Amino acid sequence: VYFIPGGLDCSISFVSHVLGKVCVHGWQKEILGVLVPRLTELTKSDCIWQRICWQLVECVPDRWMEAVVLGFVQRAPGADVLSRLLGNLVVKNKKAQFVVAQKMLLLQYGHTTAVLQNLLGYLSLDSVRRTLLLRVLQELLETWSSSSAVKHSPAEQQLYISKAILICLSHLKESEIASCRQELLTSMMEGVKCHLESSLPQLRRLGMVVAESISLTINTEGPVLKFEYEEDDETRELKSLLVQTPSFYVVPSLPDDDRSEKAGAALPLVPESNEKSYTAAPLMPDEESDAELDSDDDLIPYDMSEDKELKIKAPMYIRDCIEVLTGSRSEDVDKWEATVKALESLVRRNPAATREVSVELAKILLHLEEKTCIEGFVELRQRAQVAVLTTDPIPVAKYLTSQFYSLNYSLRQRMDILDVLVLAAQELSCPKFHGKTKHSGVQKPCIQLLPGSDSSKGWRRIVDERIKSKTRRFDTGQSHVELASRPNEFNSVAGYFFFPLIQHFDRPLTTFDLLGEDHLVLGRLVHTLAVLMYLAVNTVAVTAMGKALLEFVWALRFHTDSYVRQGLLSCISSLLLSVPAERILVDMTEELLETQSWLGDVMEKDPDGDCRRLALQNLLLMENLKKKLEAVPS
Amino acid sequence: MALPPPDPLFVLRGTSAAVHTLHFSCGGPEPDIPLLFSGSENGLIHVWNLKTHRVDTALDGHGRKSVYCVETMGGKDRLLSQGRDQRICLWDLAEGRTSVTDSVFTEHVGFCRCSLLKVAQGRWLMAMAARSLEEVQILELPSKTSVCTLKPEVGAKLGMPMCLKLWQLSCGSQPVLLAGYEDGSVVLWNVSTGKALSRLVCHQEPVMSLDFDSEKAKGISGSSEKVLSIWSLNEQQNLQVYKTHQLVNAGISDITIRPDKKILATAGWDHRIRIFGWKKLKPLAVLDYHTATVHCVSFSDHSSPRDRLLAAGSKDQRISVWSIYAQT
Repeated sequence: VYFIPGGLDCSISFVSHVLGKVCVHGWQKEILGVLVPRLTELTKSDCIWQRICWQLVECVPDRWMEAVVLGFVQRAPGADVLSRLLGNLVVKNKKAQFVVAQKMLLLQYGHTTAVLQNLLGYLSLDSVRRTLLLRVLQELLETWSSSSAVKHSPAEQQLYISKAILICLSHLKESEIASCRQELLTSMMEGVKCHLESSLPQLRRLGMVVAESISLTINTEGPVLKFEYEEDDETRELKSLLVQTPSFYVVPSLPDDDRSEKAGAALPLVPESNEKSYTAAPLMPDEESDAELDSDDDLIPYDMSEDKELKIKAPMYIRDCIEVLTGSRSEDVDKWEATVKALESLVRRNPAATREVSVELAKILLHLEEKTCIEGFVELRQRAQVAVLTTDPIPVAKYLTSQFYSLNYSLRQRMDILDVLVLAAQELSCPKFHGKTKHSGVQKPCIQLLPGSDSSKGWRRIVDERIKSKTRRFDTGQSHVELASRPNEFNSVAGYFFFPLIQHFDRPLTTFDLLGEDHLVLGRLVHTLAVLMYLAVNTVAVTAMGKALLEFVWALRFHTDSYVRQGLLSCISSLLLSVPAERILVDMTEELLETQSWLGDVMEKDPDGDCRRLALQNLLLMENLKKKLEAVPS
Repeated sequence: MALPPPDPLFVLRGTSAAVHTLHFSCGGPEPDIPLLFSGSENGLIHVWNLKTHRVDTALDGHGRKSVYCVETMGGKDRLLSQGRDQRICLWDLAEGRTSVTDSVFTEHVGFCRCSLLKVAQGRWLMAMAARSLEEVQILELPSKTSVCTLKPEVGAKLGMPMCLKLWQLSCGSQPVLLAGYEDGSVVLWNVSTGKALSRLVCHQEPVMSLDFDSEKAKGISGSSEKVLSIWSLNEQQNLQVYKTHQLVNAGISDITIRPDKKILATAGWDHRIRIFGWKKLKPLAVLDYHTATVHCVSFSDHSSPRDRLLAAGSKDQRISVWSIYAQT
């Protein structure tokens, strides 16, 4: 389609019609694949072609406008190109405005970052369109800071909106920032609150990164908001979106010659501040020119064989340890440190002595605070607690589970109790772990803000891998061949670990309300129960546990927190794997059928991707169960 | 066969508080009594008579706050002490007096000991850590006028100054300051211009103490880690690392080089005093007497080499006095 430039007034509306119709019928890629590069070429310097292009898109009928605009935004190699091709279409045409400002940003979330950059860059390049940019930013911030959106929208959508916000912020000019500073601040405060309350670590991190970026934008001098979180690819990518310069954009694929060099350069990341390094290379002591060797040889050294490393001796007896740990003498900090480090091995080596004082020791450890700065204090304490619990399971488990529901414990302590129970259960049930506690589930102490559902991921991984190896397990018996078989120590104590935890979950205390605000702890509790259930395979109590667990899950199945729902679905998985198939069918038939229909519901309608996946796995497990029972000749 | 390490010559007890600083004044001619000044955590400065091994006087001028630096200014009649009450006091001790003649309010809440340098008869320069976190102030005494303030450049992130040493190559030349900072670096400052001449990062942890030999242009610094760092100053006034020495146990509170520059002593957190040869840092002795961390070591300024002593003050409230390598 070539027109003769030269002042002739041509109507190209039929071309627009053709374009629109083709796009709507799904041939967007093909036609725009040819059209866009050609137009890019032509409009580079020629104003007339630009105007022609603008007319072209403006004349597309409204019913096809969306497909065309979408296609252009996706295919344009850069925001400035998009600006040349579309001109002020979004301002002039209502449908285009809706597509660009609302649909692509708020209602859809599948577009790539490059597309977002193009879109928002395009909005920022013209003063007329900038008002639209500000409005878009406001709406994005509203969504970002609304607590219902944070709770119910999928993580991918939230990531998309966060990216859009960051890109908008990077385009704002000083004057604009000054004018909307107050709104930015308000939305940031609200949004950060909702995000930090979420149980999923990814959402919390997203919230933190965006809040930091907003704070950075509105306070360029003075203290800015700074959170502590683990950097990973996602956070780095998000942060890099904030600092790009307006004229260069990420180009998905650009045949253009001179711009390709600039575009080929990666997004300009925050420049590392050049620290002048003052460390000079060490000078080798010049041996040869040192002529005066004599005067030092006059000085005869004394015997220094006694000079050894200073070691503070740790106490040798458990009762001494108790004395040191409960003593209030502040001078003996060295001894206290040595005791904390030595406690686990002492407990394991003296089981009889430990059993005499087990509950007292458990109490001390639960309340033990870090007196001095020891590396790995949290881990040392946890290992000691696990050691005490495995040495004398019943009384200590009774104590710990009762404390879980008592007043005046911090959330941190309650979650510690859960972790310790799980680790000890793991040790008791699997002879492989005897003597060495597995650390994959232990969270790192440095992350204060994230109580870490990372440990739950460890359990989920175990459950998942069990599901995968499941068929093998049923067919060939125990797939893990234990070299030395020992009686399953968890058998006698499983009930003591499990039932007290389930008992009081619906009774709120003044400081602790599992069904209310403390849904994070509820999530952890549910995951813990799933693991305990899983580890109870081959124990006598497993059926009773299964029934109780099923009732528990049923009561909570519509919980709003996705972390809790994930936990509930893991409970079902554990149940299906641990309770012998015959017992499931005989004792829990009705409940099982109800659960099946619930799982089907979750699989289709739950907003969280992980929940849907887990529901699907559970349904598969149930199918396999049925098949297996049908296969066994009765 | 190496001899076992010697025992202390004698031990001074009676401070009833941890000893943080020591200073000898034994250079006077006979019949002057050799004295040892000690500053303790209870705010008292004890003047020990080294003939009778008893306390002659106890000076109370810091309001019961710990005294962490004592120095004499040209003889035992004038004393300077620095305490945790944020003050530096100047004492007049002649003829049995025990009065504070002057004091400087430093507003410094850390533990950085001040450093004195005599520049002319009756005039001293004193370097001390000031109120602002990273700065060092140089005052002229006794007039208490400020000579300059040494501020590190913005973004240098040195942290607090931990230890200072003022020196000049010879009488009349430019005074310079060596300062060890919290980030583990040692900076050489020109006092007249107030500019930093060189900076060397010698430790990963704060520099706890340093000492410098102006004749050989070599210095040594100790920190809370297990390494002693020896560095040298070349003609361009640049600091370079000369060598490092690994210790058995971490933590050094004080280092001092004997006035004849033959040996040096370190006070360790592992309750031990270590003696090294200065030339090549050859370990010579480990003196293991104290039962708590040793806070300070000091060599005496006896005019006769045979009488030379080494004193160490520790948290166990005792001061041990040794005679070691006194014959050379």
